Amino acid sequence: MVPLDYYLVLSAIIFVIGVTGVVIRRNIIVVLMSVELMLNAVNLTFIAFSRSLGSMDGQVIVFFVMTVAAAEAVVGLAIIISVFRHRQTLDPQEMQLLKW
Amino acid sequence: MILFFILAGLSIAFSLLVVFQRNVVHSALALVATLFLIAVLFLTLEATMVGILQILVYAGAIMVLFLFVIMLLHPGALEGRRTLWWTVGSVGGLLLLFEFVRLLVGSATPAAAPAPSSASFGSPEALAQSLFNDFVLPFEIASVLLLVAIIGAVVLAKREM
Amino acid sequence: MTAMMIDIGIMAAKALLVLSMVLNLAGLLGWVERKGSALIQDRIGANRASILGFAGLGLVNTLIADPIKFLTKEDFIPPRGDRLLHTLAPCVALFPALVTFAVIPFGDVLMLGDREINLQVANLNVGILYIFSMASLSVYGIVIGAWASNNKFSLLGGVRGSAQMISYEIAMGLSVMGVLMVYGTLELQAIARAQGDLLWGWLPAWGIFLQPVAFLLFFTAAVAETKRIPFDLPEGESEIVAGYHVEYSGAKFLMFFTGEFAEIVTAAALVTTLFFGGWQLPYLLRDGFHFPWGTTLWLPHLLVVLLQVGAFTLKVVFFCWLQILVRWSLPRFRYDQVMRLGWKMLLPLAFVNVMVTAVWIVASQNSP
Repeated sequence: MVPLDYYLVLSAIIFVIGVTGVVIRRNIIVVLMSVELMLNAVNLTFIAFSRSLGSMDGQVIVFFVMTVAAAEAVVGLAIIISVFRHRQTLDPQEMQLLKW
Repeated sequence: MILFFILAGLSIAFSLLVVFQRNVVHSALALVATLFLIAVLFLTLEATMVGILQILVYAGAIMVLFLFVIMLLHPGALEGRRTLWWTVGSVGGLLLLFEFVRLLVGSATPAAAPAPSSASFGSPEALAQSLFNDFVLPFEIASVLLLVAIIGAVVLAKREM
Repeated sequence: MTAMMIDIGIMAAKALLVLSMVLNLAGLLGWVERKGSALIQDRIGANRASILGFAGLGLVNTLIADPIKFLTKEDFIPPRGDRLLHTLAPCVALFPALVTFAVIPFGDVLMLGDREINLQVANLNVGILYIFSMASLSVYGIVIGAWASNNKFSLLGGVRGSAQMISYEIAMGLSVMGVLMVYGTLELQAIARAQGDLLWGWLPAWGIFLQPVAFLLFFTAAVAETKRIPFDLPEGESEIVAGYHVEYSGAKFLMFFTGEFAEIVTAAALVTTLFFGGWQLPYLLRDGFHFPWGTTLWLPHLLVVLLQVGAFTLKVVFFCWLQILVRWSLPRFRYDQVMRLGWKMLLPLAFVNVMVTAVWIVASQNSP
């Protein structure tokens, strides 16, 4: 049986990798993917706690996180497509104008 | 235990590939691999239903959407590797990780309770019982959220109003 | 210790049996397709290759000459393509088609001595959802292959394929909902077992009789998922050359090809299990035939199991043949027609089916 701490440390590592990705990358699609990585790290902690506390609540919350992630990805990608149409770039640094 | 270390090592390696790679498609595929491995980790934690949903929803639908958009936009040029910025970001990440681990190891996490290895734990029935008894209102709100997301995506992607 | 060894041995034997069954069926389907299409189009079909003048109805062509040709062809990777992903794609395409079979039951329990063997490789409580999750991964083979080829036609095929497969996955999942509601379980073995009941004392409670609309929707969506005519938009020879596998040759192309046929077999097995009783033979129970008019025919256990496995195989072969018939008799849809069919016809119909089924179940529960 793997101790709970191991799962928490693993999810902390993945979360930090996601944060790093959001900070350093200049491609907005990769930034969005790093956010997905962070969400998944959090999901992992929820599932680990759900197992160690013997409660289904954690799994239900993961279910909701997936729903929200799906909605977020859909809207985020739609925004990316419409921005790309106007500016022909995926670099968030070049999206600083408030008008097009 | 060995299984956990293999899965953990692989998922860390693939999530590093997601971030530190200049090719967007490679990043996306590495993310698919990471999500798949995390789903297997869910299975080892007796969350069968959620693990399967993770593959179905995340790897099977959301990531296909990502790849679809990448192929549609087809950004040809590789992103430049700004060495200084990448180093600063990575060092910042390492500091954050150090802080997390310090907090996690220092704090008294709940002792791993005797595993609730009833056969139904993590099964579709158990999840549905929890979902439709205690979490009915959030469930309905989630459905509204999805509807709003669909409408929002259609409006955004439409060429002209 | 020895008991565990025997268990592992039995598991391995079951997995090997199922895998060889799928792959052999997939290989034979190549022959059935060539000869069948020749029959439909009034041609003679594959008969050029022969050993000492023996062409064996084209079997020599498809089973001996074709593999040799495929395996000895040059493996071409486009110079500006992606070497790693180009090699990975066919494996990714083949993998989900083979692993889905793990949860499909091909027989009832087999008693050997005092050991009960469930004739199904893995009995998961998520059952059908496992199949859907694996099927949702099969789109990656197309997408990766299309992108790694660095070819406009294959990229177009990949974009078409990913959109089409996501669309029809939703319709497929929703059409199965009705069946799951009727039988009240996700486990395929339990669904197959429940179909052994009789309605009004004589009609087997197969899915097709309880959920005819769901069968039509599911079969359509399953054919669309296998990416064959009339849904072969990702390939579309006359429009985009060969779509996602235009840059593939040799053994890698053979893997795409085998994956496609394995998907046909899986689709046929799913249709059989969900709608046509799986391994059930009408009126055959564990100890023999019990006909509704009162006759009883006792049979030994081993013969019953053999009959059940045989019935399952026969049904699967029938639905494979039906899919090949469909493929050679219909023209290709236009892309907008495929999307309209998926989103505006199949999906709403599946919703209506789920609603009607729900009302029917509640009504039949309330009226004793």
